[in-house]
Amino acid sequence: MIKKLCILLFVSFFLINCGGGDQAKTEQAPAPAVNPDGVTEEQVKNGIGPIAAFTLEALDQELADKGNEVFGLKCIACHKLDERLVGPPLGGVTTRRSPSFIMNMILNPDEMVKKHPEVKAMLAEFYVPMTFQNVTQDDARAILEYLRTQ
Amino acid sequence: MNKTVIRIVGLIIVMATFLFISECAQKEKPILGSSDAALAVYVAPGDYDEFYAFTSGGFSGQVGVYGLPSGRLFRQIPVFSVNPENGYGFTEETKDMLKTTFGHIPWDDAHHPELSQTDGVPDGRWLFINANNTTRVARIDLKTFETAEIIEIPNSGGNHGSPFITQNTEYVIASTRFSVPIPQRDVSIDTYKENFHGTLTFIKVDPDDGNMDISFQILVPGYDYDLSHAGKGPSHGWAFFTCYNTEQANTLLEVNASKNDKDFIAAVNWKMAEKYLAEGKGKTRPGEYYRNHMDHRTHSSVSELKKTVTFLDPADCPELIYYMPTPKSPHGVDVDPSGEYIVGGGKLAAVVSVHSFSKMLKAIEEQKFIGDAGGIPILDYDATIAGEVTNVGLGPLHTEFDGKGYAYTSAFITSEVVKWKLGTWEVVDRIPTYYSLGHLMIPGGDSRKPWGKYLVGLNKMTKDRYLSTGPELTHAAQLIDISGDKMKLLLDFPTVGEPHYAQGIPANLVHPNTTKIYELESNEHPYRAVSEKEARVERDGNEVHVYMTTIRTHFKPDNIEGVKLGDVVYFHVTNLEQDWDIPHGFAMQGAQNSELLIMPGATNTLRWEPKKIGVFPFYCTDFCSALHQEMQGYVRVSPKGSKVPIKFN
Repeated sequence: MIKKLCILLFVSFFLINCGGGDQAKTEQAPAPAVNPDGVTEEQVKNGIGPIAAFTLEALDQELADKGNEVFGLKCIACHKLDERLVGPPLGGVTTRRSPSFIMNMILNPDEMVKKHPEVKAMLAEFYVPMTFQNVTQDDARAILEYLRTQ
Repeated sequence: MNKTVIRIVGLIIVMATFLFISECAQKEKPILGSSDAALAVYVAPGDYDEFYAFTSGGFSGQVGVYGLPSGRLFRQIPVFSVNPENGYGFTEETKDMLKTTFGHIPWDDAHHPELSQTDGVPDGRWLFINANNTTRVARIDLKTFETAEIIEIPNSGGNHGSPFITQNTEYVIASTRFSVPIPQRDVSIDTYKENFHGTLTFIKVDPDDGNMDISFQILVPGYDYDLSHAGKGPSHGWAFFTCYNTEQANTLLEVNASKNDKDFIAAVNWKMAEKYLAEGKGKTRPGEYYRNHMDHRTHSSVSELKKTVTFLDPADCPELIYYMPTPKSPHGVDVDPSGEYIVGGGKLAAVVSVHSFSKMLKAIEEQKFIGDAGGIPILDYDATIAGEVTNVGLGPLHTEFDGKGYAYTSAFITSEVVKWKLGTWEVVDRIPTYYSLGHLMIPGGDSRKPWGKYLVGLNKMTKDRYLSTGPELTHAAQLIDISGDKMKLLLDFPTVGEPHYAQGIPANLVHPNTTKIYELESNEHPYRAVSEKEARVERDGNEVHVYMTTIRTHFKPDNIEGVKLGDVVYFHVTNLEQDWDIPHGFAMQGAQNSELLIMPGATNTLRWEPKKIGVFPFYCTDFCSALHQEMQGYVRVSPKGSKVPIKFN
């Protein structure tokens, strides 16, 4: 009798537990159809980081010149325009990537390399993850302007 | 049947014996190995420790940085000893940090780390530490964990009672363990009593940048001034120094300096010293010393030679200094958090004497002197003493405080920590250490506000405690939980060098303020190359200067020609990285000094005198990325007089 009671208790406990589990599952929203790191379609396009999507206006040559200077200081050790160095060539990059993607890549490379599916794929090709070069937001904007000219 | 009985009885005996043995073993180690102790020191992977502990390296000359309660070693900071691992003391930028009036000194014996304080509480800005042998004091910047400054102490021998700081880091104080002729001169050692003196040195600390300079030295009788602590709260403005060898022996001190029942604690009124200095009572005396400091704009050391110091002679300065008799060859002098009690560890006495600051002032006022030593009044022992702690173990050395009314004294000979109550002087608890405990440390335990959770015992001997490493064994630290009534041993861990003393501070007062990179924009090194456009090679007579940059995963230039035998090549390597934790290394085949380990944004220089003709590789030594193995280059070395021009890519 005691044995039967024990079994009954055990089974009911198990059932209650299972029931709870089911309930918890149904309360969760269905997983969005994105990659495993939870990156949205918008982030894939605009990059992950402090810069929200924006539209470029007419080229600001003065800003591009400043960007050229910063590029020479902070970027050329790893990037050429026409061929691979440590990282990919950057000539024409503004035709391939959105402005915010480029700035987020400069300003938040750590997270971009860890999460962004396309950047992750690039790591497998280039091996060396891009790092932050202590570039201000203004300087990143200037670099973007310079890259528009290349 | 009989056999079965015998077997059963035998089994019972074996089991009983086993139980007995294991019970004995458990009795011997009631805490160590228990899951409670393991949980108390467990810091999960990726989590941070609650405290930093800074231990002196002793004869390693360096400082160890540990986490508490885990006992994990994070770093050894090179201070007084060269460190080929990162080039400290070898590079063109750092070699002059070790410059002294004796020349370049590649090693020293570092004893007492001391954190800077504000209002009597460790503030996490700087850590000071002494060089005992070639007398110096260093300042480590706790933003960078790098040695920022080293100042030599002139007119000194055996800079042991050093560096102890005043309540707002106004001064770092230092004293001579070994009295010497002052000024140094050629005299017979037999004339010790006549010609040898000690000095008590007060080094002024700039409150903004921490830069040190010697403010004044007090000339004192030729005893051995051992340790020190400054007053705090009501006793702020005073500093205390233990001294032994009041016998003034100069040979076989173990016998000859252990004759007097009582030696002294010297009490110095440094506010009075400031008054005498303002009145012009200081005398300019010879005293050459170097002051070396790192200029973080140029990433290079700057050395200046100073020629004189200001002396105060107690004979001209009444009320500047008093001696308090204290048994017997006292070691530590430790001021409790209230600033009222001055505890003398009577190294060769079985007693700890506690002087009262207020009684001392009263005794001075009532002139309760029993004589003088070299013109310095000696106070009556009974007039200053507040209490004696007896049954404190043999060889009481050093005392720290928990801020909850208790003091903890290390007893060297009996290898134990003894806990006693301030005011009643009764011993309330004791715990063995393994073995031969020297100093002990409670985070903030020599300040006005101790964080009285842990005590770290610093053991001189470990004998059978660890796997053997041959004749030379590690020293050890032991972590003791002092949060409850009874002390509990939680952990012991091996240490680097010989930790004589340590300091502890909550991690949140240091960790968030640390430097992660040096900004390239602020690099003012004269041989910097802050972009690859500036990388180049220049010849200047027989000197070749390579302005090299490094970034994952190449050097620029990485092919250099035109170097000739007889040239001196300087590799000035700038690390262009601007992210945390990406140092690059640089090693040149046949370099007779060290490698370079260059932090992001910094420039370091390796001097290389090629010895052979040929083509020699250099490479990155600090694994930096997947293409680290590709990070290499060549230097071609041609014969002397060869016409090969300077060429680089």
